[in-house]
Amino acid sequence: MKVKFFPFFLSLIFVLIFIVFYKGLNKSNIYAPDNIIEKKVPSFSGKLFNQEKEVTSSEIFAEKKFYLVNIWASWCIPCREEHSLLMELNKMKNLEIIGINYKDKTDNAKSFLNELKNPYDLIILDKNGTISIEWGAYGVPETFLISDKNIIKKIIGPLNTDSLSEIKDLVK
Amino acid sequence: MKFIKFFLTLLILFNFNLAKAENENLKNEITKNLRCLICQGQSIYDSDSEFANSLKSLVKQKLDDGYKEKEIYDFLKDKYGEWILYEPEFNKNTYFLWLLPILMFLIGGAIIFKLFILKKN
Repeated sequence: MKVKFFPFFLSLIFVLIFIVFYKGLNKSNIYAPDNIIEKKVPSFSGKLFNQEKEVTSSEIFAEKKFYLVNIWASWCIPCREEHSLLMELNKMKNLEIIGINYKDKTDNAKSFLNELKNPYDLIILDKNGTISIEWGAYGVPETFLISDKNIIKKIIGPLNTDSLSEIKDLVK
Repeated sequence: MKFIKFFLTLLILFNFNLAKAENENLKNEITKNLRCLICQGQSIYDSDSEFANSLKSLVKQKLDDGYKEKEIYDFLKDKYGEWILYEPEFNKNTYFLWLLPILMFLIGGAIIFKLFILKKN
């Protein structure tokens, strides 16, 4: 009995380990953030850029139209690349672009906007990055499309021509 | 009277410092349990990335607002998913993970019991 039990137990363990590792082999070990989300706009409050005024999220997203929230910083190189696309989106009538200025110096942000023009209808300051965390952001740049207080699209990284046309289709 | 006043002020100051230190300790403990999502292999506590630093200040802010440890975990889980927590939750995906060590322990115990104790008797 003893002799039979051990080989059986040992092989059972090996089979078990083999199954676990074999299954793990086909699984991706790179963590990809969820892009498909249907979440409500987070509640936050922040200071406005260039103004000594605090605004809350319910004040910003009060109207029933499309909002594009873009997290940016003057020190972020990809933000420079996507800036022309934001300028193009700025032309759309029923889309309001809201910038979140992430961990930036006000002077640098100002000269960034002076140099490349300002596509934002409103800019909120995020000096310590906590507002971006409320949005579930990973870094800069990141863009959220909001309709009726729901986040309907999230773009991690800079915008490109594909995401631009996607946004245009959604907003139409 | 003066002495009592002095003593009371000292006591209050001392207590406030303690409360603050406690929050700081709790902040460190929480950030050690959070995974830095953009720098894999490091906790938020270990990392010095912008993302980790933002999270550190958020945890501090939440603690100051009176959030409990679990509420902070739930908040972040809602924002970033369960992956941000180092300790996996007990659900149908992780039954095996959590129960395997206990199972091994019980089987091992049974083998020892059978081989040594029953044999002796």
